[in-house]
Amino acid sequence: MKPNGGAAKPVIRLESVYKTYDLGEVQVQALRGVSLEVYEGEFVAVMGPSGSGKSTVMNILGCLDRPTHGHYYLDGVDVSHMAKNQLARIRNRKLGFVFQQFNLLSRTSALENVELPTVYAGIRPEERARRAMESLTRVGLADRAGHHPSQLSGGQQQRVAIARGLVNRPAILLADEPTGNLDSRTSVEIMDILQTLNEEQGLTIVLVTHEPDIAQYSKRTLEFRDGRLRKDTLVQDRSLAREVLLTLPTPEEQAAEDAVEIARQNKLEADQAPT
Amino acid sequence: MDFMNTFRLALRALSRNKMRSALTMLGIIIGVGAVIAVVSIGQGANYLVQQGIAAMGTNAVFIASGSNRAGGVRQGYGGVKTLTVDDMNAILREIPLIKEAAPTLSNNQQIVYGNQNWNTRVTGTTPNYFDIRSWPVQSGSVFSDEEVDLAANVCVLGTTVEKILFLDEDPIGKTIRIGNLPFRVDGILASKGQSTVGQDQDDVIFAPYTTVQRKIQGITWLQAINASAVSQQASIAAVAPISSLLRERHRLRTGTDDDFLIRTQADIEDLADQTQSVMTLLLGGIASVSLLVGGIGIMNIMLVSVTERTREIGVRMAVGATEDDVRRQFLVEAVTLSMMGGFIGIVFGLVGSALISNLLSWPTLISGKAIIAAVIFSAAVGIFFGYYPAHKAAQLDPIEALRYE
Repeated sequence: MKPNGGAAKPVIRLESVYKTYDLGEVQVQALRGVSLEVYEGEFVAVMGPSGSGKSTVMNILGCLDRPTHGHYYLDGVDVSHMAKNQLARIRNRKLGFVFQQFNLLSRTSALENVELPTVYAGIRPEERARRAMESLTRVGLADRAGHHPSQLSGGQQQRVAIARGLVNRPAILLADEPTGNLDSRTSVEIMDILQTLNEEQGLTIVLVTHEPDIAQYSKRTLEFRDGRLRKDTLVQDRSLAREVLLTLPTPEEQAAEDAVEIARQNKLEADQAPT
Repeated sequence: MDFMNTFRLALRALSRNKMRSALTMLGIIIGVGAVIAVVSIGQGANYLVQQGIAAMGTNAVFIASGSNRAGGVRQGYGGVKTLTVDDMNAILREIPLIKEAAPTLSNNQQIVYGNQNWNTRVTGTTPNYFDIRSWPVQSGSVFSDEEVDLAANVCVLGTTVEKILFLDEDPIGKTIRIGNLPFRVDGILASKGQSTVGQDQDDVIFAPYTTVQRKIQGITWLQAINASAVSQQASIAAVAPISSLLRERHRLRTGTDDDFLIRTQADIEDLADQTQSVMTLLLGGIASVSLLVGGIGIMNIMLVSVTERTREIGVRMAVGATEDDVRRQFLVEAVTLSMMGGFIGIVFGLVGSALISNLLSWPTLISGKAIIAAVIFSAAVGIFFGYYPAHKAAQLDPIEALRYE
């Protein structure tokens, strides 16, 4: 499947990847021959129930784990049997991570959190701060650079995490349930940022989610079941986060609505109470 | 990741748990502080001992009359009557390594002045003795060689004796009684204070040896000869020739024991050195136990820290930290902890020894070696006890670490 035509090159290519976990007496086959390609500029959602192998595939795509059999070509390089240190370097240079739990370092400013990957890339301090600031600007949080995670809302924390994922200009952004800990409106805001990055800067994004309406914001969905890739479909009627946001009440409107509702409830109760 | 960055990171991590870091450092602080303080006190003591040795006269060779054996029964030193002034003159004449010598013989006598009396050691010698022991008079003068030849009834007093007998009176030219004989006081010796073994060195009276031999003790022999060699090496080199000369003069057949005993300054210094090396060993023991305990404390806290920060380690690994990066981070943290403890310990030790010096008026000498050793040891403790936790952190699986709650 080559959505951008034949000229695009695959950023990710899995060739019949198997992953077996040896748990002593039992062997768990988490992946049973997965082959897939993801091209530059794609926005892919990986779906499936728990135990389907979608987490395992994410770990392998993220170079956090190695396949038992098969090959993984990242940006044309076979990384399936690299040593741990080489994989750390690949993660640092080629991949950006966004997690469900945000995973920001506490008591560390947003700017320093974003800087973290550049530190391990051996970039000079002035350049680090410049890049981190640039990255924070891209997610609209330049004015929050000095704040600690505890001083930021969940949505803002996830945006800092996205900025951190972008700071080393990776080939792919891997997002593992990025909206799992967020309310509906904030989830859509995060999807808006991901869609914008994908559309405007051609960033390749692989997203893991079990929510179909979140997958609806991607361009292509991969459905896993029992360690195999079962469905590979292009998204029809793709949701555009920017448009959806217009239909959702702003937090202020929501608060006003809630207040009216509570008042109405209180009045009802008061009316029903015996006088 | 460069070193400064790692170091800054370590400082920040440690400052997050200030109380915990301080308590962890305490073991090292106490260990290093105690060692620095005790070493400086020990060095002060050693300085006192060295001074005491120097006070006995440099390059000294001490020849005591030995024990003799009468049918298998040995009598203590001074039991034989063979050591004489002629022996001393022979040594001075025939052994050029020896430049000066003075005879001594002493026993305790009751002494009286006015209505005061005292019992003290009366030693017979020659004026040379005071040169050899570098012991000047503080007033008056020492009796002369002529007075020795004449066996005159003259003496010099130590300050203790002077204070007891004379109170506020000027003693020079006064007559005191030693035993039943009157003696003129010629001079008062400068105070030597206590000896290294705590004996009052000023509780003494000196008189010409001839007077003591003939009039007080009624003997012809000596108890000891205090000689002085031309140099420290010479004092050691002189031992063998003196020994063979005395054996010849005393007509000792080969195979029989010496009837004298020769001691040099070097022997005494050896003894002092030995005492010091025992002390150093003891201190080393204390130091290593306390550093060991401190090190275990550091290891313990680092293990807790690694567990607490599992997620942080996972995040760092996910964004590109290698095992080496993680290991270095925790190792630097442990070493920072132990070295900060070391430095604070050094400050405590210095303050402690200054306090002891002031409050107990005991001389303390700050040992540069001890300070350098403290720094090196505390760094080594940090590396040794920090390695295991750091290695454990580096071996974490990033997937597990990220999932850790």
